[in-house]
Amino acid sequence: MIRSPYISDAPSVSTIMLKVLIALVPAIAVYVWVFGGGILVTLTLATITALGTEALMLKLRQRPIQPFLTDYSAVITAWLLALAIPPLTPWWLIVVGTAFAIIIAKQLYGGLGYNPFNPAMVGYAVLLISFPVLMTKWPAALQLAHTPLSFADQFHYIIFGKLPEGVLLDAVTSATPLDYLKTQLKLDHAMATIQSAPLFGTLGGKGSEYITIAYLLGGLYLWQQKIISWHLPVAFLGVLTAIASLFWMSDSAHFASPLLHLFSGASMLGAFFILTDPVSGPTTPRGKLYFAGGVAIITYLIRVYGGYPDGIAFAVIFMNICVPLIDAHTQPRVFGHEK
Amino acid sequence: MNALVNFGKIFKFNGGVHPPENKAQSTQRPIGQLTLPERLVLPLRQHVGNIPKVAVSVGDHVLKGQLLAEAEGMVSAAIHAPTSGTITAIADAVIPHPSGLPDHCITLAPDGQDTWIAHLPIDWRNTDRKALVASLRLSGIVGLGGATFPTQVKLRADGKSVVHTLVINAAECEPYITCDDMLMRERATDIVQGIAIAQHLLGATKVLIGIEDNKPEAIRAMQQAVTGTSMEVVVVPTLYPSGDARRLVHLLLGQEIPYNKRSTEVGIQVFNVATVLALHRYFNHGEPAISRIVSMTGNVAHPQNFEVLFGTPLAHLIHAAGGVKANTTHFIMGGPMMGFNLPDTNIPITKAANCIIAATPDLFAPPPPAMPCIRCVRCADACPVSLQPQELYWFAKSDNFEKARDYKLFDCIECGACSYVCPSDIPLVQYYRYAKSEIIAADKAKEAADLARERNEARIARIEREKLERAQKHAERAQGAKTEPKQETATPASTSAGADDAKKAAIAAAIERAKQQKLQNAQATDTDTSEQTKPAADDAKKAAIAAAIERAKAQKAAAQQAGETPKNVDSVSTKVQQKIAEIDARRQTVGPAPEPVAKVQGPPPVADDAKQAAIAAAIARAKAQKAAAEAAKSESPMKSDVDNQLKSQPKKD
Repeated sequence: MIRSPYISDAPSVSTIMLKVLIALVPAIAVYVWVFGGGILVTLTLATITALGTEALMLKLRQRPIQPFLTDYSAVITAWLLALAIPPLTPWWLIVVGTAFAIIIAKQLYGGLGYNPFNPAMVGYAVLLISFPVLMTKWPAALQLAHTPLSFADQFHYIIFGKLPEGVLLDAVTSATPLDYLKTQLKLDHAMATIQSAPLFGTLGGKGSEYITIAYLLGGLYLWQQKIISWHLPVAFLGVLTAIASLFWMSDSAHFASPLLHLFSGASMLGAFFILTDPVSGPTTPRGKLYFAGGVAIITYLIRVYGGYPDGIAFAVIFMNICVPLIDAHTQPRVFGHEK
Repeated sequence: MNALVNFGKIFKFNGGVHPPENKAQSTQRPIGQLTLPERLVLPLRQHVGNIPKVAVSVGDHVLKGQLLAEAEGMVSAAIHAPTSGTITAIADAVIPHPSGLPDHCITLAPDGQDTWIAHLPIDWRNTDRKALVASLRLSGIVGLGGATFPTQVKLRADGKSVVHTLVINAAECEPYITCDDMLMRERATDIVQGIAIAQHLLGATKVLIGIEDNKPEAIRAMQQAVTGTSMEVVVVPTLYPSGDARRLVHLLLGQEIPYNKRSTEVGIQVFNVATVLALHRYFNHGEPAISRIVSMTGNVAHPQNFEVLFGTPLAHLIHAAGGVKANTTHFIMGGPMMGFNLPDTNIPITKAANCIIAATPDLFAPPPPAMPCIRCVRCADACPVSLQPQELYWFAKSDNFEKARDYKLFDCIECGACSYVCPSDIPLVQYYRYAKSEIIAADKAKEAADLARERNEARIARIEREKLERAQKHAERAQGAKTEPKQETATPASTSAGADDAKKAAIAAAIERAKQQKLQNAQATDTDTSEQTKPAADDAKKAAIAAAIERAKAQKAAAQQAGETPKNVDSVSTKVQQKIAEIDARRQTVGPAPEPVAKVQGPPPVADDAKQAAIAAAIARAKAQKAAAEAAKSESPMKSDVDNQLKSQPKKD
């Protein structure tokens, strides 16, 4: 029996996943600076839930627990979900979302390597449909808030559901830029007026635009480390820019600029961290371009014409369905074969 | 970087990997010579193709270079005595093969004299090319890069393609292996002479020598040696597997050899650098293939390249390299990317043995348990054939072999680059080897089944045809019999002086029917027994038989309509007819149609005949059973008649 090759040189699955987590750290730091330490609480809750449910499911499925807990894939799901939902929400929201993502979207399909859908996005979609009010209550950036909440206040709210004496939830939350954009455009306000609101910064939302830049930097690190290829982010951001430019140039008063689309919502998080989930994504270079292009178009359509301010989660889940089809039709030419 | 390393125009292939080279260890010393071992074990199967025919016997004294086994068939290679000595055994012995199974070997005990057989150089420049290539059958030269394909086959003109370019494969891309590197450093001039011979034999106008840039000394030596010739040394980047023939051709010429074609079909032939040196030894010195350069490296005291006689036990080579160091667990033949484990150190060095690595757990750590595939496609990025290893893995794992084939599984060269880069440590190549062997086995089984089906269909068709012919004959004979009713009186049935004429007649008819059946069976199976031909010789008899059968059939048909038993009353007296009526009446009470023959306590000759008939019937039954259900459907009434008639026969006997 031939056992060759006898040598190998590859980062382990754990190392790859760990690098993805590392790439998220700068964005988390900026997040804390912009919105306060509450995100650390939801991140921790998500991580514990993910590892707990993963271990439980592995045990029920009679699979070895240790190697799969230390592959860190569950932690990535947890972090992506925590970063995608509003940070100032009752503790059970992130717990329910994470548990659903791990148990239903990942483990019931066979665990690592077998989930056809991005688990974090499935968790997000479930929460958005089940708890729409909670999921749209984003805290205002600290610099915009009338009464900025301290970390202790945020912690208290998340765990016990109580705000400090005399503070109303509406006073500390606000619409997200994309949400605001949508409602204002419906009221037939012009883009120029809308964007003059204090909610907006130079690129996207005030404060949150820094987080998107941190995601971009983290993504470049992953690309430099050869964890991700350029295809998905470039195609996604490129197509999003192209389609947004097209609408914007045709009617700049009623369509947001491509810059706003790129630096608002989950564009950067999606481009570098969500679309790039290898398990549920396409494998061929050309397939990656189609996949990311499809996500960009659907995202734009949901943002502009759909019922939700952002649409990356639904776009990714929809394109996940198309992955086998995309892969089958984008097979590269094999050496020595005609196309 | 070295000034010599000047990549001309290089056409990169997809992927490739660059594992640690580990070549420096074995290039510190020149090529070493070994002392004669106590015995040489020469496996007959050292090459791709037919096993050569042994030309010596145990006890024979042979000289160095003497033919021990000659090439058999088109693709085969001869085997020669690497030194002078005595043949001590021609038997199974352990050989270096992944299976670890023993194979036929010739064992030679050297006499220590190392006496050459008479050998002369061949004036290849002034000899007919065809004759030269034909003479290579006696050289024993095979591809020394590892493929061990008989060289004469590669040089033989196929009459279809014209080779214009000769590529010399000196890439030596696998880690640890340095035998070609050292050969070029030390014997560049000889190599160039060998290339000139190959070029002459092929009629190639262009010669490219591809060497990886991690062998600067070899590059320099070769560049020096080719000065003044039209040959060109092309330096290629160090990237495994650039030494794969199709990859190298692409690197040097930018041409992809179509997957279903040989390189010669596009005018290119590829030879390993050591193989052309063997050509030089054969044509310019008259020496057949009896040795090769082997890298003995890994966990040995003094890693080094040696010129090793074929058949030398591995232990002898290890000893020459200063013996193994501590922790050596096993030995690998070939490189760490495509090599395999050797069963023990008794195995002989063969034509395929380019490198032996003493392995330790430190050098080659056992892989950690495999994790699930996360579809990161590092394997696809590394695949030099641009395959999608993650898909092939998925298909192989789920036994979805057709899909695996669709995704070009058989284009996989098993280079191991995919496994090398897999974060989940999945032994991908082993899945592909498994899938390939399963598909090949299934294809073979299918081929066999197809053949069997075709044969069965042909058989059924033949049976049908014969049945039709038979029916036609019967019809014709019946026609003939009716026009000559007098002939009926000649049948034994009607002239017999037996006690019960009716019974006799019935018996005779049954026997004749059985005989007729037997005869047909005999015809069908082409067996010819006089027993059957004797009674059949008489045409009148035949006609009578046919008539009797026809009558029986007609009666049966009538009886089926009228609810009566068949009667054979054409030519019998009224007395007999009465008797028949009586019998019929009896039968009515007993039940439907017990056959007359079964009831008769006939005289001995009749019994004998009945026995014969029973045998014939048994044969007929067996045949009928064998025939498929459709044959049974269209069974002639006559045949079933005989069958029914004789079913009870064996019991009565």
